[in-house]
Amino acid sequence: MASTPPSRRNFLALAGLTALSVSMTAACGAGASGGRASADGKVTFEWWNIATTEPGKSLFPQIATAFTTAHPNVAINTTSLENEAFKSKLTATTSSGKLPDVFQTWGGGVLQQQVDAGLVEDLTDLLDWSSQLTPVSLQAYQFGGRTYGVPYDIGMVGFWYNKKLFAKAGITTPPSTWAEFLDDVRKLKAAGTTPIALAGKEKWPGHYYWAYLAMRVAGLPALEKAATTKDFTGAGFVQAGVHLKELVDLQPFQTAFLGAGYATPGGQAATMGNSEAAMELMGQWGPSVQKDAGADLGADLGFFPFPTVDGGVGQATEVFGGGGGFALRKGAPKEALDFLKFFVLENESKLLASNGYLPVVKGAESRLTDANKRVVAGSLGKATGFQLFLDQAYPPAVGQEVNDSVADLIAGKKTPEQVTASITEAAKSA
Amino acid sequence: MPSLLSTLTKERTEEAVPTPPPRPARARLRGWGHWASVAWFLVPALVLFLVFVLAPIVVAVFTGFFKWGGIGPMDDFVGFANYTRLFDDQVFLGDLGRGLYLIVLSITVQLPFALLTAVLLNQKLRGRAVYRMLFFAPYILSEVVTAVLFTMIFLPGAGMADHLAGLLGLEGLRGKWLADPSTVMPTLFVVMIWKYFGFHMMLFLAGLQSIPTEILEAASIDGAGAWQRFRHVTLPLLGPTIRISVFLSIIGSIQLFDLVWVMTAGGPNHSSETMAIAMFQFGFKRYQVGYASAISVVLFMISLVFSLFYQRYVLRRDLSGAVTSGGAR
Repeated sequence: MASTPPSRRNFLALAGLTALSVSMTAACGAGASGGRASADGKVTFEWWNIATTEPGKSLFPQIATAFTTAHPNVAINTTSLENEAFKSKLTATTSSGKLPDVFQTWGGGVLQQQVDAGLVEDLTDLLDWSSQLTPVSLQAYQFGGRTYGVPYDIGMVGFWYNKKLFAKAGITTPPSTWAEFLDDVRKLKAAGTTPIALAGKEKWPGHYYWAYLAMRVAGLPALEKAATTKDFTGAGFVQAGVHLKELVDLQPFQTAFLGAGYATPGGQAATMGNSEAAMELMGQWGPSVQKDAGADLGADLGFFPFPTVDGGVGQATEVFGGGGGFALRKGAPKEALDFLKFFVLENESKLLASNGYLPVVKGAESRLTDANKRVVAGSLGKATGFQLFLDQAYPPAVGQEVNDSVADLIAGKKTPEQVTASITEAAKSA
Repeated sequence: MPSLLSTLTKERTEEAVPTPPPRPARARLRGWGHWASVAWFLVPALVLFLVFVLAPIVVAVFTGFFKWGGIGPMDDFVGFANYTRLFDDQVFLGDLGRGLYLIVLSITVQLPFALLTAVLLNQKLRGRAVYRMLFFAPYILSEVVTAVLFTMIFLPGAGMADHLAGLLGLEGLRGKWLADPSTVMPTLFVVMIWKYFGFHMMLFLAGLQSIPTEILEAASIDGAGAWQRFRHVTLPLLGPTIRISVFLSIIGSIQLFDLVWVMTAGGPNHSSETMAIAMFQFGFKRYQVGYASAISVVLFMISLVFSLFYQRYVLRRDLSGAVTSGGAR
């Protein structure tokens, strides 16, 4: 990232950031020199993850320690960064052409850009154990039949709803079509309940609506095709926006949702957890964030898949989501891959028991204890199609434009046609 | 021991004798050796300046001519395409407008307010130091801390701002503040004033204290009232301070980032976006590093051109002597 000669204030901020990142790198060992074997046969590799909150915060170091205890010749330099900080830091590192040996990835467009630049190890022939993983969990890390990452978590987006508030509005069964869904929103409003919590400031939660509607109306093949033709102006995509506008016109969101964050005080998760709204469209992590930012809804919390749209080609069993995984720098030591195998296969039960992750190993769903997690894992297991988060599936410029223009649509600043035109323009110039 | 003592005393007496330093020594100091040592002492600063200031500028200007995603070779030269795209973008033109909005408000609202408090606190007043400290305190807080603090204050429903609006009968404002495109800029500006007016107040206080009381007394004796003394004595003599204050406000407004990023991230719907935020969005969120560099170059050029003109035409009198007579004594 280039910079201007900064004002004193900005310079201090920059200096602070630099100092921060330097100390972070320094804290985890002697510089980011990358994995290498020293004279005494000791192998050291860098591991960047995003486990700054529980359960990963305690679990990830435990797993690393277990591995180095079993393999005394291996040392792991761990760097844990907060989600957004990680993305910024990895961007900066990537432009210098040097990636850490093992790094967090969400797959999709960002990983593909790194692969195209020749920075990521092709794991296809090295992963003799990939058959033990569910195909849906691997999908985000595969391009042209080659695999470039190993998943440790996979999940999907759906509606988390407050059963009590639904009952109060006289809704007995969750909606299964968009028309029913809109009806239920009206019923909730009539009962004096805010139907939906939404983090308007953060934009990505809003894009879930448009993406799911595009999947239901235009279908998965259309989304895949648009990614290659870079043309999102098809009737199905416009129609997705029209349906989203039907919802927005009912004014279903909480007061001041345009300024609301997701996990921040008073944000989407807190609104939901405090029973101030009846539902939210969110991923598998939804309940734990509700608990963190607001309160635990416990047995009052339910889950239903995104409804189908009449006349659309998409099925209710096609899911939208993503997870987390690790990729290797090209030329990373082979011990790093051994570590991933250890992490994913031998620690699956620990990951599941921590209640923060969903299974990537076949047949592990039955080990889940949380009822809602089981529903999500079950839906994933039965999924007939999978679409990765659009802001990760597409190149970053396109993904951010999806988020931006859908946010504009929700705020009434763009028409459905303008949304598809903006995304197409971003895709063509990306 | 005695011999050492005698040597010391001898030296001391010799030192005490005021002998004019010989001319050749001074000439030597001014010669080549002098400049070599000057250069030697400047090396660390020069290296830092080159590596962290000049080199990034050159790299940014260079990168701005490419379509580059931050990864891989920079081989897609696009000339001025990034710049034409920039000035076709309604959002970016909006960013420029918002910069201007903040500049105008800073000068017309923040500075007079700071001047007023400075004049009040320059008088003999019980607890004057406490007030000065209180008003200056926000400036010491980091921008992120300030932003998080005000995010709480403007929290819809539970925040202090909503309570106050309710008490004052401003029901229309409740739940809006940072969440509505029409109120977000004024709200941000209030936070900016809160944070920065204390700093300008301090500048003005320092300026006020350098005004000799004799002049004000003389004006009083000549029959000037309080307003006339302020208008015709204080204000003109505060000129240099005001001009610097305006300069700092404008540069600060142009480069505003942290406060806005934490409070609104430029939203809702770009309605509080600044140029620095656009730069960050494109560079670190969309990975369009070439385009982001073009934004940074525009930001830099605006600041540079403004600084040069301002120094040339406005600060000229204040700086004359400091700049024109360089090393002369």
